Amino acid sequence: MIRTQALTKDFVVSRTSTVHAVRGISLDVEPGELVAVLGPNGAGKTTTLRMLTTLIPPTSGTAQVAGYDVVDRPDRVRAAIGYVGQGGAGGASQLVRDELVTQGEIYGLDRRAARSRAGELLEALDLTEQAGRKVESLSGGQKRRLDVAVGLVHEPSLLFLDEPSTGLDPHNRANLWDHILRMRTAAAEPMTIVLTTHYLDEADTFAERVIVVDHGQVIADDTADALKAELAGDLVTLRVAPAHATALAAVAERAPGTRSVRVETVTESSGAPVSAVEIRTADGPGGTPGLLRAADAAGLTVSRVDVARPTLDDVFLGLTGRSLRETAVVDTPRGEPAEGGISTSSTDERATTERATDNDTTKKEVLA
Amino acid sequence: MSAATLHPSSTPAAAPASSGRPLPRRSFVRDTRIVLVRELQPVVRDPFSLVFGLVQPLVFLGLFGPLLAGSAGGTLGGDVWLWFVPAVLAMTTLFGTSVTGSNLQLDLSSGVHERMLVTPLSRPAQLVGRALKEMVPIVAQSAIVVLVMLPFGLRPDPIGVVLTLLQLAVLGIGVGSLSYALALAVRKQEWMFWVVQQTVLFPVMLLSGMLLPLETGPAWMRAVSSVNPLRYVVDSGRAAFAGDLASAAVAWGWVAAVATAVLGLVVGVRAMVRSAD
Repeated sequence: MIRTQALTKDFVVSRTSTVHAVRGISLDVEPGELVAVLGPNGAGKTTTLRMLTTLIPPTSGTAQVAGYDVVDRPDRVRAAIGYVGQGGAGGASQLVRDELVTQGEIYGLDRRAARSRAGELLEALDLTEQAGRKVESLSGGQKRRLDVAVGLVHEPSLLFLDEPSTGLDPHNRANLWDHILRMRTAAAEPMTIVLTTHYLDEADTFAERVIVVDHGQVIADDTADALKAELAGDLVTLRVAPAHATALAAVAERAPGTRSVRVETVTESSGAPVSAVEIRTADGPGGTPGLLRAADAAGLTVSRVDVARPTLDDVFLGLTGRSLRETAVVDTPRGEPAEGGISTSSTDERATTERATDNDTTKKEVLA
Repeated sequence: MSAATLHPSSTPAAAPASSGRPLPRRSFVRDTRIVLVRELQPVVRDPFSLVFGLVQPLVFLGLFGPLLAGSAGGTLGGDVWLWFVPAVLAMTTLFGTSVTGSNLQLDLSSGVHERMLVTPLSRPAQLVGRALKEMVPIVAQSAIVVLVMLPFGLRPDPIGVVLTLLQLAVLGIGVGSLSYALALAVRKQEWMFWVVQQTVLFPVMLLSGMLLPLETGPAWMRAVSSVNPLRYVVDSGRAAFAGDLASAAVAWGWVAAVATAVLGLVVGVRAMVRSAD
């Protein structure tokens, strides 16, 4: 569905400075895949998308989208793809229904067919009540659903979503995703979807494949689970009296599956200092019982155990040494709240802030 | 302008299954109509919006017309309204269409323009359809101004009025296109739009002899005004309102209006085709 070879894009800013926004991206996306492109702002996600949607020509490299080269046959590519950009697709003073009818006509439907298609989409995206209203009067969530409807008018086999849920509250994000996933499977052949996002949980929950982009290059490309297992691993945190920390760390080092061990000093709610031994391991839930038995055998009293499954942020941290979240906060251009943004040494706090909108399947807490 | 977007494409021998649907026939005329209809929908739904464009011409007619009659009435040769109303119509056209690029600015800053660029819609049609839309408010507003002035003693040649409205519509296509081209050219510094628009607008207006006769001005002003297309359109309107339909002034008015339209469309289409990066 998408095949790119060493795709690059340079922007000449001035005579002396050129921004290399995309530095050689080679990708293959098969029909029916749901791919999230993840990376901090400025990583080249949107620029890549703009090349794949024929908006801007690549500086070098080639890209085939829906079977056609984006430079040689942009007309063919445009006819095949749907695109939901970062900005709103509906004109402020246009009526919701009119925008969908116009879009249908643009893709070659006659007026009657365009009206009936508009009706279907209004229904499918829960906008029937708003059909006769001006776009400017819609709420944020309604506007975004209209954008998606506009992108789906011609039943594209490939849909690009550029930060589809940025600026929406959690309820509206979940609602938008319900609609997107339903429209995806409603098609005769499942629609291929490529989305960019800087919401980690969004990529984690919905994408079947995650492509991590940084500095204009692909730095990882796999399922979210595989990325987390390979690049981050689970985080087991054992709390222990400071005097026992070093001994416990040594026990942990010898445990099977351990990748790295770190000791932090934290203060408990009672005010007493306590050491937290943080263990990156291949299998946290499976390895922890053995770890505890080994600690017992060595006479070390573990007071508390946390097992955290890794997040995609841990993956990004493992790959680049930077937190995606911190990067995103610094670079956020329009001042939208990048949720979280706090990094502390306490595993508990990190897990809760990062996964605030998620259900609790990623974190298991065991009290010893 | 890409020929491929204007003509139906032949299906490649080995079209991949993923995009096996035949491309719909694309015609430039159909694409232009789609854009035109989309641009007109809000105007038709809310015709009252045209009234705001009438405030300025009516202010000039009400507050400047009497001064003109008093001070320059003698030199204008008879009926002041036949001299001033066509000029006010040209002014309405100039002001109304030169700001239209700001509508495109809204679409540039939202995702509307980008959405259109990702569709197979012909890019030249995206400019031409918008430019043609400019004719509707011009003709509607001008007709209202003429009707309003009838009770105040305006007695124009009816055919001359119709011809002048058509000529202004053609001029408006050109000025509107240039305004869109400007919006596209300065899309990375939006505020520049108003700087350029205002900087150009007033010299063009004053050098057209719209408000006061250029004949009484210095020679250099008359020389500069001779390259101002608006001046010919204003002169043409005055001749046509007075019933002098076969005059050279009317012919020159058409030359100037058509030349402006052609120039505007060429510049505008080029700007539109390059508007993605």
